[in-house]
Amino acid sequence: MSLLRLFEWLGDTSWSVALHESRYVFLLVLMIHVLTLSVFVGTALMIDLRLLGKTMTHVPVSQVVTRLMPWTEAGFLVMVVTGALLFYAAPVARYENIFFRFKMTALAMAAVNVWLFRFNVYRRVGEWDLDAVPPRRVRMVGALSLVLLALIITAGRMMAYQDYWFG
Amino acid sequence: MSLLEFCRWLQYSAPLHTMRESPIFFPIVATIHLMGLALIGGAVLVVDLRLLGLALQNQPVAGLAHDAERWLFRGLVVMVTTGILLFMCFATKYYYLTFFWVKMAALIAVIVFTRSVHRRVALAKDEDVSPIRRKTVALVSMFLWTTVAVGGRYIGFP
Repeated sequence: MSLLRLFEWLGDTSWSVALHESRYVFLLVLMIHVLTLSVFVGTALMIDLRLLGKTMTHVPVSQVVTRLMPWTEAGFLVMVVTGALLFYAAPVARYENIFFRFKMTALAMAAVNVWLFRFNVYRRVGEWDLDAVPPRRVRMVGALSLVLLALIITAGRMMAYQDYWFG
Repeated sequence: MSLLEFCRWLQYSAPLHTMRESPIFFPIVATIHLMGLALIGGAVLVVDLRLLGLALQNQPVAGLAHDAERWLFRGLVVMVTTGILLFMCFATKYYYLTFFWVKMAALIAVIVFTRSVHRRVALAKDEDVSPIRRKTVALVSMFLWTTVAVGGRYIGFP
Protein backbone atom coordinates (compact mmCIF):
# COMPACT_ATOMS: atom_id res chain seq x y z
CA MET A 1 0.00 0.00 0.00
CA SER A 2 1.38 3.40 -0.92
CA LEU A 3 1.64 6.15 1.67
CA LEU A 4 -1.04 8.14 -0.12
CA ARG A 5 -3.49 5.22 0.01
CA LEU A 6 -2.67 4.72 3.67
CA PHE A 7 -3.41 8.38 4.45
CA GLU A 8 -6.58 8.30 2.36
CA TRP A 9 -7.76 5.38 4.47
CA LEU A 10 -6.67 7.16 7.67
CA GLY A 11 -8.55 10.31 6.67
CA ASP A 12 -11.73 8.27 6.14
CA THR A 13 -11.74 6.83 9.65
CA SER A 14 -14.58 8.25 11.70
CA TRP A 15 -12.36 9.84 14.37
CA SER A 16 -10.35 11.67 11.73
CA VAL A 17 -13.52 13.05 10.16
CA ALA A 18 -14.88 13.99 13.59
CA LEU A 19 -11.67 15.83 14.51
CA HIS A 20 -11.55 17.56 11.14
CA GLU A 21 -15.14 18.74 11.44
CA SER A 22 -15.06 19.67 15.11
CA ARG A 23 -14.41 23.36 15.14
CA TYR A 24 -13.41 23.78 18.77
CA VAL A 25 -11.46 20.61 19.53
CA PHE A 26 -9.36 21.12 16.43
CA LEU A 27 -8.66 24.76 17.30
CA LEU A 28 -7.84 23.78 20.89
CA VAL A 29 -5.31 21.19 19.70
CA LEU A 30 -3.86 23.78 17.32
CA MET A 31 -3.58 26.31 20.13
CA ILE A 32 -1.78 23.84 22.40
CA HIS A 33 0.56 22.92 19.52
CA VAL A 34 1.47 26.54 18.81
CA LEU A 35 1.80 27.69 22.42
CA THR A 36 3.92 24.70 23.49
CA LEU A 37 6.45 26.12 21.07
CA SER A 38 7.40 28.50 23.88
CA VAL A 39 8.34 25.53 26.11
CA PHE A 40 9.93 23.24 23.53
CA VAL A 41 11.78 25.77 21.38
CA GLY A 42 12.14 28.19 24.29
CA THR A 43 14.16 25.82 26.48
CA ALA A 44 16.04 24.32 23.50
CA LEU A 45 16.99 27.85 22.51
CA MET A 46 18.37 28.62 25.97
CA ILE A 47 20.50 25.43 25.84
CA ASP A 48 21.75 26.43 22.38
CA LEU A 49 22.58 29.94 23.55
CA ARG A 50 24.61 28.41 26.39
CA LEU A 51 26.45 26.20 23.88
CA LEU A 52 27.21 29.38 21.94
CA GLY A 53 28.45 31.12 25.10
CA LYS A 54 25.73 33.79 24.86
CA THR A 55 23.94 33.26 28.17
CA MET A 56 24.38 31.71 31.64
CA THR A 57 28.12 31.60 30.99
CA HIS A 58 28.86 31.16 34.71
CA VAL A 59 26.70 28.01 34.83
CA PRO A 60 28.41 24.75 33.75
CA VAL A 61 27.11 23.56 30.36
CA SER A 62 26.28 20.13 31.80
CA GLN A 63 23.97 21.75 34.36
CA VAL A 64 22.13 23.80 31.77
CA VAL A 65 21.73 20.69 29.62
CA THR A 66 20.66 18.24 32.33
CA ARG A 67 18.35 20.68 34.13
CA LEU A 68 16.63 22.19 31.12
CA MET A 69 16.51 19.19 28.78
CA PRO A 70 13.65 17.45 30.67
CA TRP A 71 11.52 20.53 29.90
CA THR A 72 12.56 20.47 26.27
CA GLU A 73 11.64 16.79 26.13
CA ALA A 74 8.29 17.35 27.85
CA GLY A 75 7.54 20.17 25.41
CA PHE A 76 8.57 17.97 22.50
CA LEU A 77 6.26 15.20 23.66
CA VAL A 78 3.29 17.62 23.70
CA MET A 79 4.35 18.90 20.26
CA VAL A 80 4.45 15.38 18.82
CA VAL A 81 1.11 14.32 20.32
CA THR A 82 -0.75 17.47 19.24
CA GLY A 83 1.10 17.47 15.91
CA ALA A 84 0.05 13.86 15.28
CA LEU A 85 -3.57 14.83 16.01
CA LEU A 86 -3.37 17.76 13.59
CA PHE A 87 -1.98 15.37 10.99
CA TYR A 88 -4.66 12.80 11.75
CA ALA A 89 -7.39 15.42 11.22
CA ALA A 90 -6.40 15.82 7.55
CA PRO A 91 -3.77 13.23 6.57
CA VAL A 92 -3.91 13.67 2.80
CA ALA A 93 -3.83 17.47 2.94
CA ARG A 94 -0.80 17.37 5.26
CA TYR A 95 0.94 14.72 3.20
CA GLU A 96 0.50 16.80 0.06
CA ASN A 97 1.58 20.02 1.75
CA ILE A 98 5.06 20.98 0.55
CA PHE A 99 5.80 22.87 3.76
CA PHE A 100 4.80 19.85 5.85
CA ARG A 101 7.36 17.75 3.98
CA PHE A 102 9.92 20.47 4.42
CA LYS A 103 9.13 20.66 8.14
CA MET A 104 9.49 16.88 8.60
CA THR A 105 12.83 16.99 6.76
CA ALA A 106 14.10 19.79 9.00
CA LEU A 107 12.82 17.87 12.03
CA ALA A 108 14.75 14.76 10.96
CA MET A 109 17.89 16.88 10.49
CA ALA A 110 17.39 18.38 13.96
CA ALA A 111 17.11 14.84 15.36
CA VAL A 112 20.43 13.91 13.73
CA ASN A 113 21.95 17.06 15.22
CA VAL A 114 20.70 16.15 18.72
CA TRP A 115 22.02 12.61 18.25
CA LEU A 116 25.40 13.99 17.15
CA PHE A 117 25.44 16.20 20.23
CA ARG A 118 24.49 13.49 22.72
CA PHE A 119 26.65 10.66 21.47
CA ASN A 120 29.61 12.55 20.19
CA VAL A 121 30.19 16.18 21.19
CA TYR A 122 28.62 16.03 24.67
CA ARG A 123 30.63 12.94 25.70
CA ARG A 124 33.66 15.11 26.30
CA VAL A 125 31.74 17.82 28.15
CA GLY A 126 34.21 17.50 31.05
CA GLU A 127 36.87 19.23 28.95
CA TRP A 128 34.80 22.39 28.34
CA ASP A 129 32.01 22.24 30.92
CA LEU A 130 33.13 25.42 32.67
CA ASP A 131 34.15 27.37 29.54
CA ALA A 132 32.23 30.62 29.15
CA VAL A 133 32.48 30.07 25.40
CA PRO A 134 32.73 26.35 24.50
CA PRO A 135 34.98 25.09 21.67
CA ARG A 136 34.11 25.62 18.04
CA ARG A 137 32.54 22.21 17.34
CA VAL A 138 30.18 22.68 20.30
CA ARG A 139 29.18 26.12 19.06
CA MET A 140 28.57 24.64 15.60
CA VAL A 141 26.04 22.20 17.05
CA GLY A 142 24.29 25.02 18.92
CA ALA A 143 24.17 27.26 15.86
CA LEU A 144 22.92 24.45 13.62
CA SER A 145 20.21 23.67 16.15
CA LEU A 146 19.05 27.32 16.13
CA VAL A 147 18.92 27.39 12.33
CA LEU A 148 16.96 24.12 12.18
CA LEU A 149 14.49 25.28 14.84
CA ALA A 150 13.93 28.48 12.86
CA LEU A 151 13.31 26.43 9.70
CA ILE A 152 10.86 24.15 11.54
CA ILE A 153 8.90 27.16 12.85
CA THR A 154 8.89 28.81 9.41
CA ALA A 155 7.76 25.67 7.58
CA GLY A 156 5.09 25.02 10.22
CA ARG A 157 3.69 28.54 9.88
CA MET A 158 3.81 28.42 6.07
CA MET A 159 1.76 25.20 5.97
CA ALA A 160 -1.35 27.37 6.37
CA TYR A 161 -0.55 29.25 3.14
CA GLN A 162 -0.06 26.35 0.71
CA ASP A 163 -3.55 26.65 -0.78
CA TYR A 164 -3.42 30.44 -0.77
CA TRP A 165 -0.12 30.52 -2.66
CA PHE A 166 -0.31 27.47 -4.90
CA GLY A 167 -3.96 26.44 -4.75
CA MET B 1 -9.60 61.32 16.16
CA SER B 2 -11.10 58.34 17.97
CA LEU B 3 -9.22 55.07 18.39
CA LEU B 4 -11.40 53.40 15.79
CA GLU B 5 -10.74 56.20 13.31
CA PHE B 6 -7.04 55.85 14.01
CA CYS B 7 -7.25 52.07 13.33
CA ARG B 8 -9.07 52.78 10.09
CA TRP B 9 -6.55 55.37 9.00
CA LEU B 10 -3.71 52.93 9.84
CA GLN B 11 -5.24 49.99 8.05
CA TYR B 12 -6.13 51.89 4.88
CA SER B 13 -3.00 54.03 4.59
CA ALA B 14 -0.98 53.51 1.42
CA PRO B 15 1.99 51.53 2.84
CA LEU B 16 -0.39 49.24 4.71
CA HIS B 17 -2.35 48.66 1.57
CA THR B 18 0.83 47.52 -0.14
CA MET B 19 1.78 45.28 2.80
CA ARG B 20 -1.61 43.59 2.83
CA GLU B 21 -1.58 43.13 -0.92
CA SER B 22 1.73 41.27 -0.66
CA PRO B 23 1.07 37.54 -0.31
CA ILE B 24 4.21 36.97 1.77
CA PHE B 25 4.47 40.00 4.04
CA PHE B 26 1.98 38.88 6.70
CA PRO B 27 3.17 35.21 6.78
CA ILE B 28 6.81 36.25 7.16
CA VAL B 29 6.11 38.78 9.91
CA ALA B 30 3.87 36.22 11.67
CA THR B 31 6.70 33.67 11.50
CA ILE B 32 9.19 36.09 13.08
CA HIS B 33 6.51 36.87 15.70
CA LEU B 34 6.45 33.12 16.54
CA MET B 35 10.24 33.05 16.87
CA GLY B 36 9.90 35.90 19.34
CA LEU B 37 7.41 33.76 21.27
CA ALA B 38 10.06 31.03 21.57
CA LEU B 39 12.68 33.51 22.78
CA ILE B 40 10.38 35.05 25.40
CA GLY B 41 9.23 31.55 26.41
CA GLY B 42 12.80 30.43 27.01
CA ALA B 43 13.84 33.55 28.93
CA VAL B 44 10.71 33.47 31.12
CA LEU B 45 10.83 29.72 31.78
CA VAL B 46 14.48 29.66 32.85
CA VAL B 47 13.75 32.15 35.64
CA ASP B 48 10.23 31.05 36.60
CA LEU B 49 11.04 27.32 36.64
CA ARG B 50 14.01 28.15 38.82
CA LEU B 51 11.81 30.23 41.16
CA LEU B 52 9.48 27.23 41.36
CA GLY B 53 12.43 24.96 42.14
CA LEU B 54 11.86 22.92 38.98
CA ALA B 55 15.02 23.69 37.00
CA LEU B 56 18.65 24.64 37.72
CA GLN B 57 18.02 24.31 41.46
CA ASN B 58 21.65 24.65 42.48
CA GLN B 59 22.15 27.99 40.74
CA PRO B 60 21.36 31.29 42.49
CA VAL B 61 18.25 32.88 40.98
CA ALA B 62 19.86 36.31 40.67
CA GLY B 63 22.53 35.19 38.19
CA LEU B 64 20.02 33.41 35.97
CA ALA B 65 17.57 36.32 36.14
CA HIS B 66 20.30 38.77 35.23
CA ASP B 67 21.23 36.71 32.14
CA ALA B 68 17.67 35.99 31.09
CA GLU B 69 16.64 39.64 31.36
CA ARG B 70 18.70 40.58 28.32
CA TRP B 71 17.12 37.82 26.21
CA LEU B 72 13.65 38.66 27.46
CA PHE B 73 14.18 42.24 26.36
CA ARG B 74 15.39 41.13 22.91
CA GLY B 75 12.41 38.82 22.61
CA LEU B 76 10.07 41.67 23.54
CA VAL B 77 11.63 43.97 20.93
CA VAL B 78 11.04 41.29 18.25
CA MET B 79 7.50 40.63 19.48
CA VAL B 80 6.40 44.25 19.77
CA THR B 81 7.90 45.28 16.43
CA THR B 82 6.36 42.39 14.50
CA GLY B 83 3.17 42.63 16.60
CA ILE B 84 2.64 46.27 15.61
CA LEU B 85 3.10 45.36 11.93
CA LEU B 86 0.59 42.50 12.25
CA PHE B 87 -1.82 44.81 14.05
CA MET B 88 -1.53 47.47 11.36
CA CYS B 89 -2.48 44.99 8.64
CA PHE B 90 -5.88 44.32 10.18
CA ALA B 91 -6.27 47.07 12.78
CA THR B 92 -10.06 47.37 12.62
CA LYS B 93 -10.53 43.58 12.98
CA TYR B 94 -8.51 43.56 16.21
CA TYR B 95 -10.21 46.71 17.47
CA TYR B 96 -13.48 44.79 17.69
CA LEU B 97 -12.02 41.66 19.30
CA THR B 98 -12.38 41.59 23.10
CA PHE B 99 -9.50 39.12 23.29
CA PHE B 100 -7.18 41.59 21.64
CA TRP B 101 -7.78 44.05 24.47
CA VAL B 102 -7.44 41.27 27.05
CA LYS B 103 -4.10 40.43 25.49
CA MET B 104 -2.93 44.06 25.57
CA ALA B 105 -4.02 44.45 29.20
CA ALA B 106 -2.21 41.23 30.17
CA LEU B 107 0.87 42.35 28.25
CA ILE B 108 1.04 45.68 30.05
CA ALA B 109 0.36 43.96 33.38
CA VAL B 110 3.11 41.38 32.86
CA ILE B 111 5.67 43.97 31.77
CA VAL B 112 4.93 46.13 34.84
CA PHE B 113 4.94 43.04 37.08
CA THR B 114 8.21 41.73 35.61
CA ARG B 115 9.95 45.09 35.99
CA SER B 116 8.81 45.56 39.59
CA VAL B 117 7.81 42.69 41.88
CA HIS B 118 9.22 39.85 39.77
CA ARG B 119 12.54 41.58 39.25
CA ARG B 120 12.94 42.45 42.93
CA VAL B 121 12.29 38.83 43.97
CA ALA B 122 14.43 37.31 41.21
CA LEU B 123 17.43 39.54 41.79
CA ALA B 124 17.32 39.25 45.61
CA LYS B 125 19.68 36.89 47.42
CA ASP B 126 18.12 33.43 47.65
CA GLU B 127 17.96 33.47 51.46
CA ASP B 128 16.18 36.86 51.55
CA VAL B 129 12.99 35.63 49.90
CA SER B 130 10.62 33.01 51.29
CA PRO B 131 9.98 30.03 48.98
CA ILE B 132 6.25 30.70 49.02
CA ARG B 133 6.74 34.28 47.82
CA ARG B 134 9.16 33.12 45.14
CA LYS B 135 6.70 30.52 43.88
CA THR B 136 3.75 32.89 43.91
CA VAL B 137 5.67 35.44 41.87
CA ALA B 138 6.67 32.76 39.33
CA LEU B 139 3.09 31.49 39.01
CA VAL B 140 1.68 35.00 38.51
CA SER B 141 4.32 35.68 35.87
CA MET B 142 3.61 32.41 34.02
CA PHE B 143 -0.15 32.98 34.23
CA LEU B 144 0.10 36.48 32.76
CA TRP B 145 2.45 35.40 29.96
CA THR B 146 0.14 32.48 29.15
CA THR B 147 -2.80 34.88 28.95
CA VAL B 148 -0.85 37.03 26.48
CA ALA B 149 0.03 33.95 24.38
CA VAL B 150 -3.47 32.45 24.42
CA GLY B 151 -4.92 35.84 23.51
CA GLY B 152 -2.44 36.06 20.64
CA ARG B 153 -3.42 32.67 19.26
CA TYR B 154 -7.11 33.36 19.80
CA ILE B 155 -7.22 36.62 17.83
CA GLY B 156 -5.64 34.84 14.87
CA PHE B 157 -8.45 32.29 14.59
CA PRO B 158 -10.88 32.67 11.69
